[in-house]
Amino acid sequence: MAHTSTRRGPAFYLLALFFALFVAFLYGPMLIIFLLSFQGPSGGLTFPMRGVSTHWFGDLWSSSRYGDLGGAFSRSVMLGILSMLITAVCCLFAGLAFRRKFWGAGPLFYLSIVSLVIPGILLGLGISQLFQLLGFQLHWWLSALGAHLSWTLPFGLLIMFAVLNRFDSSWEEAARDAGARPRQILAYITVPILFPGLIAVALFGFTLSYDEYPRSLLTVGGLNTLPIEISNMTTNVTTPALYAIGTVTSAISFLVIAAAFIAIAIIQKNRAKARGKQA
Amino acid sequence: MIAMVGIPLATVVLLSFWESDGIAIYPAFTLENYREVLTSPLTLSLFLKTLEYASITLVCTALIGFTCSYFLVFHVRDLKWQIGLFLLCTIPFWTSNIIRMVSWIPFLGREGLFNSFLIQAGLTNAPLDILLYSDFAVILTYIHLYTLFMIVPVFNSMAKINPDLVEAARDAGAGSWQILCYIIIPLSKTALALGTIFVVTLVMGDFFVVRVMSGGQSASVVSAMKNEIDQLYYPQASAMAVLLIVVVLLMVSAVLRIVDIRSELAR
Repeated sequence: MAHTSTRRGPAFYLLALFFALFVAFLYGPMLIIFLLSFQGPSGGLTFPMRGVSTHWFGDLWSSSRYGDLGGAFSRSVMLGILSMLITAVCCLFAGLAFRRKFWGAGPLFYLSIVSLVIPGILLGLGISQLFQLLGFQLHWWLSALGAHLSWTLPFGLLIMFAVLNRFDSSWEEAARDAGARPRQILAYITVPILFPGLIAVALFGFTLSYDEYPRSLLTVGGLNTLPIEISNMTTNVTTPALYAIGTVTSAISFLVIAAAFIAIAIIQKNRAKARGKQA
Repeated sequence: MIAMVGIPLATVVLLSFWESDGIAIYPAFTLENYREVLTSPLTLSLFLKTLEYASITLVCTALIGFTCSYFLVFHVRDLKWQIGLFLLCTIPFWTSNIIRMVSWIPFLGREGLFNSFLIQAGLTNAPLDILLYSDFAVILTYIHLYTLFMIVPVFNSMAKINPDLVEAARDAGAGSWQILCYIIIPLSKTALALGTIFVVTLVMGDFFVVRVMSGGQSASVVSAMKNEIDQLYYPQASAMAVLLIVVVLLMVSAVLRIVDIRSELAR
């Protein structure tokens, strides 16, 4: 990309140092809690490490002090998967629709931008009050899911725009000329070509919902999701178990990210191979 | 979208006109909540504090985000490395904000790593208290959490700058400083504006970081609102919320006036 004709000067090394410091700044604190979560049974919240053990991980599941972590965890994962599926499907069609002007396109676009920039807790307040006025019960799978979608859908839509920018619609036209029906075009042309982008949208859908806190706070109703349990723990748990749960959720996030990346990489590789065969 | 964004927002606006006595809320039309919110000196100081957080965070994230993207785009030559390093910057975005915030506590605390390092190096003999549970900690956490929102758009728009343009300028005898000022900064202005919107609205809408990292000593608009919600003063909280939304939307539209964001998204 950058074809500089000059040799690398001191500016390069200065900037590289700056960048390295920034990465350290990003990851450093996380590494500290990963280390501290393996604190020995008598260890406290900070260094020094008193032995190495997985005591606090066991403590998380066996002790009842931390509330219903297992339930919160499964609810968070379920919500994440639901938001992921809905976000991916809705954003695909919305993105395709936005390629042409349609009735209400402008207001819909601005509404999604507003939903991105509005403080999450306000939306939570609005949704919870609305439910109360209408006499509905707050449920994590209804009101909280809606709150999560108000956050994942606009985000996914923006990414879908970026993905569609690189999509060449002459593929679709070619299929139409060859006599394909709209549904066939969608199933055999559009979706397969856009698939890596859809994985990215789905990844956002899952992780944003899985870690969502301010919007969920007032909308989950009686049963909490994992981020809310964790934030409660920050105020009343003073053992490394707090770090252990942090390590566990981060590990899950990293697993999901890695799975998405690997899937995209495999698809790209297969495509490159197919292209190689044709040549 | 309409069901989950439009209607709840309308509910908040409606609620802001209602009456409450701390136990229940009554449908009514009153401007009392607004009068209370607007005349209270507390509101002004809360908004000033929040704006102070937002502006300091904005300046820091813009500088860091711009420098990092500049390095990635114009100094890293291999495309593979470029993308790899970029992903390295964005991965934390997909992990939990709460965990990332909590992870500063063992580093900054009284017996934390940084303080014990200072003591061992002989720089101070007592642990510094200002590191954790202070404005410093709040802003540091904001920068840590939200710089990503600056890097992603700026990197994207910089990567779209035609390298020939830079080359041509260099051939015409421009120094790298001139190239930076006259080509790269003007061309990434829209992206900086986009990042600004994200960072400012995120900071203005936050309450959790303020509450935990300041140890309850500072408050922002939303954290004050959260307290009112906890005490079931929903109408007052709603009035505050409406005020906040107005301020945020004014700021966003001010930014939009200066640059056309849609052209950046559509590119």
